[in-house]
Amino acid sequence: MAALPVSAKAPDFELDGSSGRVRLSDLLKETQYVILAFFPASFSSVCTSELNLYQEVKDEFARLGARVVAISVDSKYVQQAFAKANGLTFPVLADFHPKGAVAEQYGVMRGDGRAERALFIVDSKGIVRYSYVSEIAKNPGADRLLEALEQMKAEA
Amino acid sequence: MADVTPPLDCARGVPCDRDRGDPEPAEGPPRLKRPVSDDDWSRGPAGAVSLVEYLDYQCPACQAAHPVVERVLASLPDRVRFVVRHFPIVSAHPQAQRAALAAEAAGRQGKFWEMHQRLFAPRGALQEDQLLSYAGELGLDLARFGADMADEGLAAKIRREKVLGVRSGVNGTPTFYIAEARYEGETGPLREEELKAAILAELDRNQRH
Repeated sequence: MAALPVSAKAPDFELDGSSGRVRLSDLLKETQYVILAFFPASFSSVCTSELNLYQEVKDEFARLGARVVAISVDSKYVQQAFAKANGLTFPVLADFHPKGAVAEQYGVMRGDGRAERALFIVDSKGIVRYSYVSEIAKNPGADRLLEALEQMKAEA
Repeated sequence: MADVTPPLDCARGVPCDRDRGDPEPAEGPPRLKRPVSDDDWSRGPAGAVSLVEYLDYQCPACQAAHPVVERVLASLPDRVRFVVRHFPIVSAHPQAQRAALAAEAAGRQGKFWEMHQRLFAPRGALQEDQLLSYAGELGLDLARFGADMADEGLAAKIRREKVLGVRSGVNGTPTFYIAEARYEGETGPLREEELKAAILAELDRNQRH
């Protein structure tokens, strides 16, 4: 299954993680946009630099009405250690059991047991407004997200 | 439980931040949103090809890249204008912001590059007392150095630089730009010959135009 495209309904989910349970629909009551950052594996090098970057850009995301949630198939204990080791203050969620069920719903579960490195922006109506699957070993950066958020703001 | 810092790959000394965004071949690599100017810390003649590095003094990959950059610059005397911009990953590297401030504060007393070299010296930590002792070694006015380190204006400058870096396609550190286009080297440690060849190719392009 391909990644959910723009305009698709974003499946709601609730997952445990680095800072407790998080439900997408609850988050969307608190913020205009939620950035879902699926990533292959906690503690791997590219994932670490990607999430470090999102931590650094957190204020810029907030200025544009967005918050980040990161998701991999690792367990919540791994996510806790990963968030702590890297000073990540946004939720790092465990799509652990059934393994990759949320990634599956978003069309970004790989055959090798990991999630794709994929980005979605979901708006407060629960609609996918941005969808991007990166090459697995490439850090997709933050500029594309900031650009997409700015465009949404301009169109709103 | 003890802290698990630094991240595993950094702990192993594997450059963990030299990842590149997608090349997006149709448009070519991303370009600097803020061109090189006299507001930058730079070494080398103004007309030369620019090599810009976004760096974090506490990043192991930047520490590993430092001697490589120095060798490349030494091998191309007067042909490259080297520019340093700060990109401290403060969540993962708690001393990175202070180190960047130390470089800026030393810069206000005309010793940016001397401090830059010391911050990358392979002798250890970037703790507060070490930053101060570097300032002492450089003969800086320590009262002024301390005041500048605490200057919110300098911190704001570093933040602005970082945001512009993100917008220019800096996804991690170190990230290099040759003639303002992002250098898409092979993933992994910075390679001296590869970087030099990319700069030479740019010099060659300039000559032909």
